[in-house]
This record gives sequence, structure tokens and C-alpha cells, in this order.
Amino acid sequence: MRRTPKDSEDSARTISRRSLMLGGAMTAMVAALGVRMRYLQVDQADAFRLLAEENRISIRLIPPTRGLIQDRNGKLIAGNEQNYRVVITREQAGDVEVVMRRLAGIIPMTAEELQETIDDVTRHSAFVPVIVRDRLSWDEFSKIAVNAPVLPGVVPEVGQSRIYPRDTDFAHVVGYTGPVSEKDLEGLDDPDPVLALPKFQIGKIGVEKWMEDTLRGAAGTKKIEVNAVGRVMRELERQEGDPGSDIRLTIDADLQNFAQARLGEESAAVVLIDIANGDVLACASSPSFDPNLFVRGISHVDYGALTDNDHRPLANKAVSGAYPPGSTFKMVTALAALDAGVIDESHKVRCPGYLEFGGRRFHCWSRGGHGTVSLTRSLTESCDVFYYDVAQKVGIDKIAETGRLLGLGLRHDLPMSAITEGSMPDKAWKLERHKAEWMIGDTINASIGQGYVLSSPLQLAVMTARIASGRAVAPRLVRMIDGQEVPAPEAPPLGLNEASLAAVRKGMYEVVNAERGTAKSSRIVEASLAMAGKTGTSQVRNITAAERARGVVSNDQLPWERRDHALFVGFAPFDAPRYAIAVVVEHGGGGSTAAAPIARDVILAAMTGGVPPLEAYPASQRGRIESMLKDLPLRDPATGAAPEAEKA
Amino acid sequence: MTYLENRLKQVPSGLRKVLFLNWPLVVLICTVAAVGFLMLYSIAGGDIDTWARPQMQRFAVGLVLMFGVAMVPIWFWRSMAGVAYLVSFLLLIFVEVVGEVGMGAQRWIDIGPIRLQPSEMMKFTLVLLLAAYYDWLDIKRVSRPLWVLVPVVLTVLPTVLVLMQPNLGTSLMLLLGGAAVMFAAGVSLWYFAAVGGMAVAAVAAVFLTRGTPWQLLHDYQYRRIDTFLDPTADPLGAGYNIIQAKIALGSGGWSGKGFMQGTQSRLNFLPEKHTDFIFTTLAEEFGFVGAFSLLALYALIIGFCLVSALQNRDRFSSLLIIGVAATFFFYIAVNLSMVMGMAPVVGVPLPLLSYGGSAMLVILVGFGLVQSAHVHRPR
Repeated sequence: MRRTPKDSEDSARTISRRSLMLGGAMTAMVAALGVRMRYLQVDQADAFRLLAEENRISIRLIPPTRGLIQDRNGKLIAGNEQNYRVVITREQAGDVEVVMRRLAGIIPMTAEELQETIDDVTRHSAFVPVIVRDRLSWDEFSKIAVNAPVLPGVVPEVGQSRIYPRDTDFAHVVGYTGPVSEKDLEGLDDPDPVLALPKFQIGKIGVEKWMEDTLRGAAGTKKIEVNAVGRVMRELERQEGDPGSDIRLTIDADLQNFAQARLGEESAAVVLIDIANGDVLACASSPSFDPNLFVRGISHVDYGALTDNDHRPLANKAVSGAYPPGSTFKMVTALAALDAGVIDESHKVRCPGYLEFGGRRFHCWSRGGHGTVSLTRSLTESCDVFYYDVAQKVGIDKIAETGRLLGLGLRHDLPMSAITEGSMPDKAWKLERHKAEWMIGDTINASIGQGYVLSSPLQLAVMTARIASGRAVAPRLVRMIDGQEVPAPEAPPLGLNEASLAAVRKGMYEVVNAERGTAKSSRIVEASLAMAGKTGTSQVRNITAAERARGVVSNDQLPWERRDHALFVGFAPFDAPRYAIAVVVEHGGGGSTAAAPIARDVILAAMTGGVPPLEAYPASQRGRIESMLKDLPLRDPATGAAPEAEKA
Repeated sequence: MTYLENRLKQVPSGLRKVLFLNWPLVVLICTVAAVGFLMLYSIAGGDIDTWARPQMQRFAVGLVLMFGVAMVPIWFWRSMAGVAYLVSFLLLIFVEVVGEVGMGAQRWIDIGPIRLQPSEMMKFTLVLLLAAYYDWLDIKRVSRPLWVLVPVVLTVLPTVLVLMQPNLGTSLMLLLGGAAVMFAAGVSLWYFAAVGGMAVAAVAAVFLTRGTPWQLLHDYQYRRIDTFLDPTADPLGAGYNIIQAKIALGSGGWSGKGFMQGTQSRLNFLPEKHTDFIFTTLAEEFGFVGAFSLLALYALIIGFCLVSALQNRDRFSSLLIIGVAATFFFYIAVNLSMVMGMAPVVGVPLPLLSYGGSAMLVILVGFGLVQSAHVHRPR
């Protein structure tokens, strides 16, 4: 287009003017952008910086290593083992099904398991690792590691889990750990945040539960950087936690093993206490169970077998079982009467085989009667009538007071589950509990440890230790925490007359060692190891007059659950008492036949520090004892490994 | 003989033309592109192969194209304006029809390693044609309605086609680019005032009738507009991008977190961090100082263009340069307003920085035209 110079002038002027207007508008816009930039990056910088940090930083807990539990000599009872497991991450796996099928070719997996895992993986976010299999063997673990190149997204991992190498021996004392449940959290005001970690294990019963705070330790923290979808990018900062404290129990693992083995398949319990310091050296309850099953997640079948068993393997009979102490209670009645001064050591009672009171006959176990009975003989031959008579004189309140002084009817505070208080009744107790007046018949029943009196093997062992020492021996279960000795509880004198105690001890000596003693077949012939004790047979049913008229049916002819409980308490060596023991065999029949032999073997094992020597037994029994001891399924003392026969 | 052709003798010829290029502009463009390479390297977590290298290769190709275009006399480009527009327009229709039916809603054409988006091409062919149109048009007729209608139609036709794709960002660029040339050519301000007034009235009508029985849009459409205008109302959905972008920008502070230290982009909190939102990473890592420096570089590029346009006594050249500079500016203004939360999110890349082939090539060809106009200006 041809243009005149004037047109060109006009054009240039228009363009210049409009360009400048455009330029001005652009400058204004740039200024606005600059101001906005300044507002965001300078004025609001701190707020946005905070938001950016919140975006990227996340704090995770590092679970602490749980403290070990050892026996008094450092043998491992509860430890931590490497738990090999394999996890898969969908994002890295690509085709999960293909990878899982390959994995199933390496570790055995059923079709259902395979499908379950695949479903599980697809349900989770792509970057979340899902556990395919727990507790792999080292073989499987290394096979997976070797095949890693064809298994994208599959990672073998190492975690920690609890293991109990002496499985059944400590199931009741130490208990086991398990995943945290709602119930565990309920009781806590301010639960440790580490409990919220998936797969975190907490003590469920026993020492594991009651010493949880000591064993758990403190969690560490790590600050990690996460990206927009929450995947961990790197660790920024790490603060290691404190591992849990190691605990040494007072229990001797080998003695515990012997006791557990000696109880065999009986429904029974034994507690052995060191009189010198109250250390519980053995505390066994049978039948037992394998706590490792619970850690791994027990199957319904296994759990059903434990709960359906009429011998109640899950119950810790040593501290939770409350039994009528029967004749083992007679020392309490005797000491109460002596202490009250209603009788002296030379008191005698005539026993015609029963005592009549208020038109009712209270029978002695000996139908023909014992004739004239002294205090010593009343214990030796376990005459009931002597105690019926004495109890009426002294009254229940004094008996109960003495019982409590000796450790009955109160809860001994050990870190174990379901420790029973038992029951040491008096007039006030019955009024409160049963809304009824105390009857003299109640006193008569209580005097021989029947009726309302209930006590656990632990309480009976403490009672025996106190009688043997004259001091208020208190039981102790924890010897050291992290190498630091836990002070033994105080054992002040009981305040009982030494002559009275001596008379009772003499009676107990004769129970085992005198010709007419009820437990004479369980005597220890080695004088320096001589045992004193008392048998007890407690009824679990009432004998009716009709039954008595027909003649008392012997225990052998009764169904198991209606037989009497067999008890025995004892201490040794008689000259310088060191160990006190209590044995209860549920429905075992008589204390002298079922309980006393066990007590002798276990207390001998404690005194000699190993399998009891045959020389300690009467010559006539040695053959039988030898084969019995040889057949006991004992662990290897060094490794704690179970004997081969039991494994098979 | 035109005014331009009168003075051809003084226009440099042959390789001497290289000496007469607008070299400061070339240096500025390369500087900004280099900043882009750095940012792409950083966003990829210190990896050059992900984005930085392909981007550098494209830039090299673009730079060669720019010089090639610059060497060709500007009057050739003027004579090609109509053809270029027509080709772009036909390609646009082609991808609109064939792309929809045959290629699964694809909006580009593969030419060897380059994906050619006709909508990108259109940005500068439109400017080219409008500049040629106003060069041809008698100056006295510029504001006459009929002669205003022609460029309006030329602008609106491709805009509508692009809007149907739908590509809101590019259609906005076309509209603003066309308007800029018309404005510079001297179309009466009343037209602009009228269009602006009508737009305001339309927006007002849409919002004022809301909630009344005769409201213009459906309720769900209003709700969509709401999140469009206020992203914080939907922080995990539509508002997520803009909130995270603002966090990235703001957390950069005065001097930034340092090269490769931007957490927002590296940890994927930022969406589109290498394309439309690349500025946020720059602002996060280099802070206000870095972000403002980039803004200054852009302003300098535009400034050099405008000065070149004012110095050029050829009407076509001036209008072309202004059109290219304005389009370039609109890219920047819309992109930055968007990432700084001043405008709703529309897909507009940051020129020379954002990763992407078509936009980079088209912009460099645009600057090639600016250079050609500069080299071949009447003296």
C-alpha cells in the first residue's frame, strides 16, 4: 500500500502513543505481580514456611528393644528373636499377581493364602508394604533374598519378636506378650504412643504384664521426610530410645524345670521359697502350656484344647489357686492357742474319734480315735479332735489373726497375674460376706483348714517359711533389674514365742521322720538334709451322714474331680531351715501319698542343686526313685533345650 | 514503491545481517531459557535427562529457527501472512475434526520429533495477519465498524475453535494477542471500552441473578465458578494445586531455600511443577530475589521489543513486534497471576521456562519475526 508521508507520520504517531499506553499497562501489571510476589514471599513467608514444613515432615516412633527376662543365674527365660518376614509393595511390584505367583513357588503357600494376600495388597495404597508372611525360616528368607531380581517390590525384612526358650516352664510366672488390644489401653490414662504402632507387643500376663513398664523401655523417634502421597523419602533426624531393662528373677531355671517335670501331668502346683531372703526359687503349676504359641497367634484348635482341658493348663495354680489348706493349717491353730496362752506345749486332749458339739458330731479322720494326744502327736498323726478342742478355747478371731501373721488371707505382692488373697475368715468377715453370725461349728471346721479357709500354694509356702524362721519372710520374685540388686524385703521377727514355734516344728519333724508320722514314707534319711512338714487332705465335697454310715469311700473309687486335694508343706534342712515348700495336687487323694513325695524331691533338688542324690532316700525306695528320676523329662541344664522324647 | 522499499539500499544484506540482529534481546532470551534448564534440572532431583536435556535440545532447534526466520526479509513474511494464517486455520480445523474422530481427541500433529500444535502456531500467524491487515488498511478507515469487524472475525474464529478443544488458556492468548494488535493499530478506544463494558455487564448479570428464579446458570455451574474463584473452598480437590503453589512460593521467603532444596516440588506436593507451575519452584528455591529477577528479565525482553517497535518506521514491523511482545507478556501475566493465586487456574505455560516443545518453538519463531523486523527496518 502506497502511503503519503503524512499518513506515515500519522501511523508512527498512533503506534507510538498506543505502544506507550500498552507499555504503561504492562508496567502496571508487572508492578502488581511484583507486589503480590513480595506479599507472598516476604510478608507471609513465615506462615508459608510453616505450612511447607508441616507438609513434608512426619515423626515416626522407633520401637524399643524389650528387656530380657533371666533366671537368678542369668539363664534366658524370655528373649527377643529376629523375626524374618517378607513384605510386598504394589507400586514397585508392578503386576502383583505375577510376582505373588513367583513368590508362591519359593515359599509354600496355599491357593487361598495366595489369593488373600493379593486381595490384601490391592486393598492398600500402592506404596504401603503389606506383610505376606511372618516367621520365615532362614532358608526361605535367603531364598527370597537370592531371587530378589525376579521379585520386584518384594522385600525380606527383619523384625523382633518375643521368644521363650524354656517354653512351658515359665508360662505361668513370666506369661507372654501379644499385640496391644483395646482392653490393654482402657486402663491407661496416658498411653505410651509406641503402643499405637502396628504389631507392637505388650505383656499380657505374668511378669511380662506386671513389669511391662520396666521391660518396655522408651521409644526413640525419627523425623522423616514424606512426599505428597506419604511415602518416606529419607530420614532427617534420629533419636534412639532406651531399650527396656533386663530383669533377673529369683527363680532358678533348673529347679523350676525339675519342679515342673516332677509335677508331671497332675493338676498341681509347687512353690519353693528361700527362707533366708524370701526368694521364690521355684513356682510351678501344671499342666502348663507353651507361651510361644500365644506370641505367634494361637490357633483356635490349640486354644480350645487349653480351655477345654479339665486340668486347666492356663490357670497359675501356684498363686491363683485357692484351696482349703486342710491339715496344713493345724500349725496356725496350734500357734494361735499357744500365743493366746489358752494351752501350753504340754497340753493334751483325748480323742475318741469324734467331738460332739451342740448335738453334732465332728469326726476325726481316724475312725477309732487317737487316744490321748499331745501337741506333737496331734501334728505327727494329724489328729483333728485335738484342734476342735483347742479352737473352741482360743476362738476364731485369734486364729485368723495368727493366720494373717503367718501370711494367709492376704495378697503377697509379686509381679504375677491373678494372685489370690485366699480367705482367712473371722467373725467380722462372715458377717460382712455372708450376713450371718459366726457359729462355733465354723470355728471347728476352720481349725483343721476346712470351711471358709482358703489359701494358695504361695501363701502356704510363706506360712511354712515364717514358722520355720520365726520371722515375717516376704516373697520376692525379682532379683535384679539391669544388674542392680533389688533389696530383699524386710523380715522382722513375728513376735511368736520361740518355745511355741519349737514345739510346732518338732511336731512337723515327726510328721516326716517319726514312725507314726503321716508322711514318714517321704522322709529324707540324710540327717543334714532332714525335712519337716505337714500333710493335708482337703475335702472338696461334704461327707454325708449316710455315706459315713456306709463307710467312707476311698478316693480311688471316686471320679477324679470328686477326690480330695492333696497338700504338703515343709521346710528343710530341719536343723538350719533354708527352704520352705508347699505342694498342692488337685484331687490327688491324700497329702501323704500324692503331695509329700513331690515336695521331698523338689526340696532335695533345691538343697543339692541338681537331681536329688539317691543316698537321701530310704534304702527301700531307692530303686523306685531312681527309675522315676531317670524318666523325668528334664531340659539340658546348659542350653535349656527340651529333651528329645518330649519333642517327638 | 512503499516507504520501506525506498530505503532498501541501507538494509544490510547477506551474512552482515547477523551483525544487525538485536543482540541484547538474544542474550536475554538465552538467559531466561538457561534459568529454565536449571529449574528443570533441579525439579528432576538433579537429573539432567528427565527434562533439562530434551528442553535444551528443543531450545537449540528453536534458536536455529529463530535465526533462520530473522535472516529472511520482513517483507517476505508480510506477503506470507495470509498463507500462514490460512495454513494454521486449516490445521486447526483438521485437528478439530480428524483429531476428534481419528486420533482420540489428539490436538497435535507429529512432525518427526516435534509435536506441532496448530493452536500454538495460530498465536503468531494471527498477529502476523493482523499486522499485515493494518499495514494494508488505509489509516483513516481503521476505526470504521466494517473494517473493525474484519480483524475481530479473524481473531474470534480461531479463538472459538481452540475454545472448543477445550483449551481456555490458548484461546485467551489468541483473543488478547489479536486485541493488542488492534489496539496498537489505533482502533478507537470506544470499541475497547464497549467490549470491556459488555464483559463486565455479562459477569454482573450472571452473578446478580444468582439465587433468583431467572438465574442464568445452573446451581452446579455456580458452584464450579465458586471453586474456580476461591480454591481454598476445596483444598483437596480443585484448590489443591493453587494452595500448594502458594505454599511453595511463600515458603521461599526473601532468598529462597537454595538450589535443589525446594521441598514442595521435590516431594511432589506441587502439581505440574515442570510445566505450568515451574515458577513456584524457582520462587521456592531462589526466593523473592530470584523470582523478582526473572520478572525483571521478562520486563527487559518486552522493553527491548517495544523500543525496537518504536524505532521501526515500518507500520507492519512495528505492529508485528508489538503483537509478539504483547502475546509474550500475556503469557507471563496470566501464568504468574495464576500461580500466585491472583487468577483462576487456566493452562498457560510460562514462556521459555515451562517444559514443552510447541510453545518453546513457537515463541522462538515469534522472536525470529521480531529480529527480522529489526534487521530489515528502514533506515
